Amino acid sequence: MSERELTMSEALNEALHEEMERDPGVFVVGEDIAALGGLFQVTTGLLDRFGSQRVIDAPISEAGQAGVGVGAALVGCRPVVELQIADFVSLVMDQVVNHAGKWRYMSGGRVTVPFVLRGAVSSGIGMAAQHSQTLEAWFVHAPGLVVVMPSTPYDAKGLLKSAIRDDNPVVFLEKRLLYSRPGAVPEEEYTVPIGVADVKREGSDVTVATYAAGVHLALQAARGLAREGVEVEVVDLRTLKPLDIDTLAASVRKTGRLVVVTEAARAGSFASEVVARVCDECFDVLQAPPVRVTATDTPMPYAASLERAVLPQVEDVTEGIRHVLAKVPA
Amino acid sequence: MTAAATTDAQTLEQMLLRMWQIRAFEIRAMALFEENLIRGSVHPYVGMEAIAVGACAALGPDDYITSTHRGHGHCIAKGLDLKLMMAEIIGREDGYCRGRGGSMHITAMDKGMLGADAIVAGSSAMAVGAAHGLRLQGRDGIVLCFFGDGAANQGVLHEACNLAAVLDAPVIFVCENNQWAISTPAAASTRVENIADRAAGYGFPGVTVDGNDVLAVRTVIGNAAARARAGDGPTLVEAKSYRITPHSAATKTDLRPPEELDAWRSRDPILRFSRLLAEEHGFEPARLEHVEQQATRDVEEAVEFALASPRPEPEAALEDVYAPADWALPGRLA
Repeated sequence: MSERELTMSEALNEALHEEMERDPGVFVVGEDIAALGGLFQVTTGLLDRFGSQRVIDAPISEAGQAGVGVGAALVGCRPVVELQIADFVSLVMDQVVNHAGKWRYMSGGRVTVPFVLRGAVSSGIGMAAQHSQTLEAWFVHAPGLVVVMPSTPYDAKGLLKSAIRDDNPVVFLEKRLLYSRPGAVPEEEYTVPIGVADVKREGSDVTVATYAAGVHLALQAARGLAREGVEVEVVDLRTLKPLDIDTLAASVRKTGRLVVVTEAARAGSFASEVVARVCDECFDVLQAPPVRVTATDTPMPYAASLERAVLPQVEDVTEGIRHVLAKVPA
Repeated sequence: MTAAATTDAQTLEQMLLRMWQIRAFEIRAMALFEENLIRGSVHPYVGMEAIAVGACAALGPDDYITSTHRGHGHCIAKGLDLKLMMAEIIGREDGYCRGRGGSMHITAMDKGMLGADAIVAGSSAMAVGAAHGLRLQGRDGIVLCFFGDGAANQGVLHEACNLAAVLDAPVIFVCENNQWAISTPAAASTRVENIADRAAGYGFPGVTVDGNDVLAVRTVIGNAAARARAGDGPTLVEAKSYRITPHSAATKTDLRPPEELDAWRSRDPILRFSRLLAEEHGFEPARLEHVEQQATRDVEEAVEFALASPRPEPEAALEDVYAPADWALPGRLA
C-alpha cells in the first residue's frame, strides 16, 4: 500500500471521478459545483471530464435539485446531489423523507432509489445558527434512508463510492472542518462497506462511540488520558444507519463503559439512540450509566467564545470519560 | 405519436372505454369506501376523465407520467391493469404495491407510471429528474407531470418549472385546474386568470385547453410532446375542468355552489365525447352503450379479483424498506 496522503476534499473528489468514470448513469447536481468545482473543491475537474449534462450547476433550488435526483434515480441513474451547506436539508426534507426514503416501500418493492445527498456540516468556524447544524438525527429517524458520516479521507472516499453504488438513498454528511485535513489514501481502488464501524483506537477501560469530527475529539482525549494510564477505545461508527451494533456491543462488553460523542444538539440526538441500542443489546455488562457528550440545546451562536461553549470540546469528552470511569458498580 | 393524432374509430373507441372505465372505477371505489372495504380515503377523478385520457393518448409506451393523490384516472389512462389497481386500493397482496401504497401511491414502472404522489406538487421535481435521466441514458421517453390548481402555488413546483427550463428537460407540466382545492376556489388562491400564464415567467410556452374536450387535450399534449422530443424543452398545459364528485370519499362537506356543480355536470366530458362520436364518426347508440357496459364489466371483474386476493401477511410490513444490499442483514436495522 502506498503512503500517499490526500485531504478529505481530494479523497471525495477522487471517489466522484472514479464512480462517474465507472458508471455513465452517475451525475452530480448542486450549486457552484461545475465551473467552480464546489465551494470546498469536492467536484473539481468533473465538468471538464464529464460535461454539463452530468455535472450540473443548478439554480438555488435545493428542493428541486433533490427532487431531480429522486426522479433520475427512479429511471436508473445514480445522482449525487450536493447541498452546499448541510443546514439546507430543511429545504429538501419533503423530497428526501417523503420521496427518496419511501418510494421503494410505497411501491411494494417495485422501484429502487439509488440517490446520494451530500452536505457540508459547517459548525466550528463562525457560520452561526443557519449554517452550523449537525442534523443527522433527522434522517436516522426517517425510514428508508442510509446515513453516513465519515471522519477520515480514507473512509470518506471508500464510503462515498459505496454510497453511489448502493441501491438505496444515502444521506452523506461531511464535516467542513475535516475537508482540508490530510490522511492516507491508497492509490489502488477500494471501497469501505456501509454499515461497518471501525475501531480507530483500541483500549480496555472505556468505549467512546462517535463519528465524523467527534472521532478526532475522542482520539485527542484518549491520547491525553493514556498519559494517566486510562486506555480508551474509540469506535468510529461511520454509518449511523444501519448501525453496526455488533462492533459497538463487542467493544462495550470488553470495556463495560460507554461514552457517546456527537456535535449535534442533545435532545433526540443520535447519541441518545446509541445509548438506547447499547442498553438493548448489553445492559448487563455496563458498569456505569452511559454518558452523552453533545452540543447544547441551543441554536449555534456566532461569537467564537459562544460557539465553543455550545459545541463539545476535547475537554468535554475527557470529562465525560472521567465521569463514566468514576462510577463504581454497586 | 404526433400532434396530427389518429382519428381511426378503434382508437377513439379505446379512448371512450378508458373514460368510462375511470368513471366506473371511481364510482365503485366510493361505494367500496362506504362499505369499509377501502381504508383512508379515495379521491375520485369523476368529471376530469378527458384530461388523463387525452393526455395519455398522446404518449407512447416509453413515456412516463407522475401522478397525484387523485391519480386513479391517470393510471387507467396510462394502461394500468384495473385488477391490480383495485387490489391495491382494497389493500391486498396482488395489488400493484402489495398493499403498501393504497389509493394514493400506485406505481407501475412497466407501464411508465413513476408513482402517484400524495404530497401536493411533490412529484414535479421528480418528473424533471426522470426526464433528465432518460435523456442522459439516451432513451426516447419524455415525462408528463400531472398536478392540480392547488399545487400551482407550492414552492417546489416553481423550482421544478425553472429547473426544467434551464435543463431543457423533455417534460410536460399538466395543470388539471378543477377550480377548487377542497374548499378554496382557485380564484382565491391566485391573481392570474390562467395558471398557464405563469409559464412566461419560466421562459417556455403555456397553453390553456378545455379539459373536458378529450381530443383537444390530446392535440395540445401532442404538440407539447413533439416539442419535448425535439429537445426544445418543457411546456405548461392548463386543462380547465371540474370535479363532479367531492374532494374525497371521506370529505362529506362540500362548499361548492350547487348551481356551479350543475353547470359543469351539463358539460360532462364522457357524454360530450359520446355525442361527438355519434355525430361525426358514425358511432351507433348500441356501440356507445356497449363501451359503457364493457367498462362496468371490467371494473366488476377487477373488484372480484381484488376481493379474492389475500390480505398481506403482517410480517410483510417489514419487507422492502431497503433494496437488497450487502449490509441489509436481518437485525441490523432495528
